[in-house]
Parts: sequence; C-alpha cells; structure tokens
Amino acid sequence: MTAPAMHESGSAATDPEPILSARNLVKHFPIRSTGLVRRQVGVVHAVCDVSFDLGPGETLGLVGESGCGKSTTARLVLNLIEATSGQVFYNGTDLTALSAKKMRELRRDLQIVFQDPYASLDPRMPVNEIVAEPLRIHGRYDDAGKTQVRDLLRTVGLKPEHGNRFPHEFSGGQRQRIGVARALALRPKVLVLDEPVSALDVSIQAGVLNLLDELQSELGLSYLFVSHDLSVVRHTADRIAVMYLGRIVETGTASELFEGPAHPYTQALISAIPLPDPRKQRARERITVVGDVPSPADPPSGCRFRTRCPKFAAELSDAERSRCVEEVPELVDRGQGHPAACHYAERKVLI
Amino acid sequence: MPETPTTLATTPAGADAQDREFTVEQRSQFQLVLRRFLQHRLAMVSLVVLVLVVLLAYVGGWLWKYEAGQITPDNSQPPSFDHPFGTDAVGKDQFAQVLRGTRISLQISVMVALLSTFVGTLWGAVAGYFGGVVDSAMMRFSDLVLTLPLIAVAAMLAHLFGGSWYLIAMVIAGLTWAYVSRVARSVVLSLREKEFVEAARALGATDTRIILRHLVPNSLGSIIVNATLLVATAILTETALSYLGFGVQNPDTSLGLLVSEAQTALTTRPWLFYFPGLFIILIALTINFIGDGLRDALDPQQRKVRQ
Repeated sequence: MTAPAMHESGSAATDPEPILSARNLVKHFPIRSTGLVRRQVGVVHAVCDVSFDLGPGETLGLVGESGCGKSTTARLVLNLIEATSGQVFYNGTDLTALSAKKMRELRRDLQIVFQDPYASLDPRMPVNEIVAEPLRIHGRYDDAGKTQVRDLLRTVGLKPEHGNRFPHEFSGGQRQRIGVARALALRPKVLVLDEPVSALDVSIQAGVLNLLDELQSELGLSYLFVSHDLSVVRHTADRIAVMYLGRIVETGTASELFEGPAHPYTQALISAIPLPDPRKQRARERITVVGDVPSPADPPSGCRFRTRCPKFAAELSDAERSRCVEEVPELVDRGQGHPAACHYAERKVLI
Repeated sequence: MPETPTTLATTPAGADAQDREFTVEQRSQFQLVLRRFLQHRLAMVSLVVLVLVVLLAYVGGWLWKYEAGQITPDNSQPPSFDHPFGTDAVGKDQFAQVLRGTRISLQISVMVALLSTFVGTLWGAVAGYFGGVVDSAMMRFSDLVLTLPLIAVAAMLAHLFGGSWYLIAMVIAGLTWAYVSRVARSVVLSLREKEFVEAARALGATDTRIILRHLVPNSLGSIIVNATLLVATAILTETALSYLGFGVQNPDTSLGLLVSEAQTALTTRPWLFYFPGLFIILIALTINFIGDGLRDALDPQQRKVRQ
C-alpha cells in the first residue's frame, strides 16, 4: 500500500477538533402487540442520551455487557439505523439530517467491520468481488481496480490468489481479514469495529488486533471499537466509554479507567478481569454484581444501575439511596479526574 | 487432503507446496451443486430423457420424412414402421404431428417459466426488501392474481387475444408469476436481515444494487427449482387450454390440441390419443424430477451426498 502516511502519535489525541462526535443520541425500538392490530405497547430504551467524541487517529473503546446498546450505538453513528433523537457530526456535518444520497457518498469515509465474519460476507460472491464492491459502488473501480484489490488483500495478510475463492472456504480469522479489506477499500477516515474479534479464537484475535493496530498507524484511521472484552479494549483503546443499559456510565483514558475506576459498574467489570497470577487473583478485592440486567423496556428510575449496584445495596444510607432512585446521575467529573455517572463516585484501585 | 510434510518456512518449494495444498481443494459453489446434482440418480435419468425428447422434437422433426400437417395417402393406420405413431383419419402422420406439438408445448412452457420467474422474482424481492406498506400493497396484488382461477381466466384471455403460441405463453405467465413472487418474497424476507445486506448498505450500496447483486443471487436456489416446476405446470396448463379449445389453434398444433382432437377417436384410433398423452406425461414428469434434484443439490443442509 502506498497510503499517505498521516503521522499520528499513537497516544490519545488531545486535538480539540473531533472527527466524529455523537450528541445526545437516543434510540427507542417500539414493542408491538401481537395480533391483528399491532398497537405499540412499549419501547425498548436501547440507547439513551449517549454523547462522545472521537479524535483523528484515536481509538475509542465502547464496552459493556450484552444488550447494553453498544452495537446499536455503533449503527446509529453510521446512520445505519435512524436515531430517535440526537445528532452525529462528522467533520461538522450532521449525518442524521443528510439525505439518503448524500449519506451514501459520505459512507466512503465511515466504514464498519462486523462482529460475525460468517454472516457479513455475501456467500455467493468471490472474495475479489467482495473487496471490489465498495470501489464499484463509488465508481472507483477502474483499470487499476484489479491491482487495488490485490493490494488490499495483501495489506490484510491474505494471498492475492485467494481472491477467486468464496467466503465459505476461509477460516474465521481470514474472513474477518476480508471484512477489514472491504472496509479499507475506500480509504475511510473512521472505522467502526463492532466486536471485530469476539467471534474469533483467542490465538486469532491477537493477529487481527495487531493488524488493526498497524493499519491505524499506517493510514491514520480513527477507530470506534465496540467490545464486551475489557482486556481487548485495554490493549487497543486510547479512551474508553463504559455503557450500561443504554447509557454511558463512565469515560476516561484507558489508564485512568483501569487504574482508578470511579463507577461501581466499571469497578465490578475491572475486578472480574482474571489476573494471571493466582496469588494476586486470590488476594484481590472482588466487586460482584448480583442479579440480571433489568429489562430495557422498563429501565429503573434514577440511576439505572442501582438495582444491581453493590454500593447501593451495602454502603449507602437510606437518605443517600433516595437520591439514586430519584435523580439520574449526570456524566460529570466529581473529582476523580474523569467523568463518571454516579452520585457517589469514588476512585478505587483494583489492578 | 494430503498433508504437506514440509514445515512452514523452509524453502520456496515448501511455500509452493503449501499454496498447492490450499488450491487443490478449490471448488466453487457451482461445482459443489453440480456434483450433488450429478449424484442424484432420478434427476440425472430424467435429464437424459428430457434432452432426448427435446432433441427428437427439434432435430427429429426436421429429419423425419413427413412434415407436420402433410397429408399422406395412408389414412387411419395403426402404428407401423412407416408411421410409428400411426396416422389420423385424413392421413396425417401422427409422429410428425407429435414432434411438432412437443416443440410448441416446450416453447410455451419455457417462455412461461422465463417470463414469470423474471417478473415474479423482481416483484417478490422488491416487496420483501422494502417491507411495510410497499410489501402489503404488492403482495395483496399478487394474492389477487393467485385467487383467479387459472384455467378459466386463461381460457378467457386466450380467447380474446388469439391462439398464437407466444400469446398463450404470455397469458399463462401473467397468471403464474404470482406463485414465484411469493417464493421470492419469503426468501428475501429472511435474507434481508442478514449482516451482509447491512454491510452492503454500510458501503453505500443503493437499494437496487442490494436487491440485484445480493438478494436475488442468494435466493436463486429456490427460484430455479420453482422455475423448473413452472415448466411442468405450464405444459399442463397449455394442454388443458388447448384441450378446451382456447389454446393453440389449427393449423398450428400442440400436445394438448392433439389430445383434444383425438378424443372422439379414442375407441377407433386409440394411438392418436395415447402418444401425445405419453409425451405430456414424459415431459411433465422428467421436469418435476429435475426440479427435485436441483432442490436437493442446492440445499446445503442436505448432506446425503458424499463431500
């Protein structure tokens, strides 16, 4: 690849001008009754008031457990599903207000790699065609198209000879590389990675993660990295946003978050990362969360985490608890060095 | 699969051997389907028989000493060497007539299959892809077409538009595309939720592109099967129409028309009746079996066949 080497220092970009920013994103999915007249009987609050910024060359990790709205957020950012309210700005353009045609043109700069490499590649298309498709769609497949596709395959570590084969002839890791090659074909500025490695074996994960890392420093990409795997995010992300039930509960640089998590949910997540040293593992403080995630169709009032919060259950007085029930905690810095959405945020050192 | 004894990065030859190890097993989806189909005995036998019938109809009719409609001096002859299928009351050679009828019947049925598959697939794919109001409106329309009694409406339309074979074909296709649209819609409904469709949308693909490049090719399996079955349906419908006198008109002929003309002679000259009937059964049956074989071959869940 002869990509323009947009040089970025791999660390957190302190650039005041974000390339992509989400403002107060909300997505509600209607729940309809079964039967002849499908009345709307409720809404699933998939994403509630989510805002974040992504700087050029930066990786923002979006973590949270299954069903917390990570993937929905990723799709909202790309305008693949329509937001109920809120805006997404790419270089100052509001994507949610664009016409379908303008949006299609902008998709050149915003690409996505999907979670499931088995489902995201058309089984009837040979790999060459899959990788060439974005070029064809945007009218960039010319005489040099063939070499371009070969170069792309080489970039992601596949042999150009593999181009004539079909997706089902590849392993999971290879397929994910095909997905990455397709996403890179248009030289995007922002890549949304929707759990790009969670469907892969651990040994393969490292390969794909390193590839993504190399591509980022080579091409100056910005990543929105969605994952439920904290160790993966720690390895790749400059900044991290933790989501719970549709809301961002804590955000900060990777080191801030891992060294001093302030929200009880983040603390629970971090204390659940296994340590490779059994001595330390046994001696560490474990913060456990009880129960299941409440239904997003009927989220708890006030702080959404209070029904499972160990702090709410054990440490707080009744007077303090009423605040959790009545008042939605805002995502602000309460003196911990980074914003956390907890009225009683408190830094804890867990690793 | 032969195991390569060489380690990963010893020599350039080692790398070559590795390449080959992968490329030897290269088999496209088409080849896989073909293999499965070739191993489906009933379908293969049917295919051979059908090809023979088609060859007989097109090449045989041309080589045969009598032309269709030609009046020979021998009238009301039972089958013999000179007239394998006998002759009718005015001395027309029934073998030549049947070959000619088979040609017309095949032309009609293939045209019906092509037309209704084309229209039905697009109709169903568009309805299934867009969903909502578009889907409801389009599918209610094709439901409406489905409720029309095929033979009755076809008879009426064919009567209005005359008896040439392509008009008959268009009339039948105009009533059968709705079946195809149902099948195409149901396949597309499940396909459109697949991630590769979302991936195409994320790449900036237009709806037209998604439908034509992703949804239709992926539903081709069920649609091809349906098309073969339609050929059989079309042959039978055309037969019924011609039998009722609304199909192909004299001096042109089709298998259905031959059967219908021979029904008065069933007791006196039964050969006139049985030979065209035999050809109808032969064509409809073989095509149905071929459709079965195709369905089995295209369905990857079907793992009867050795890999």
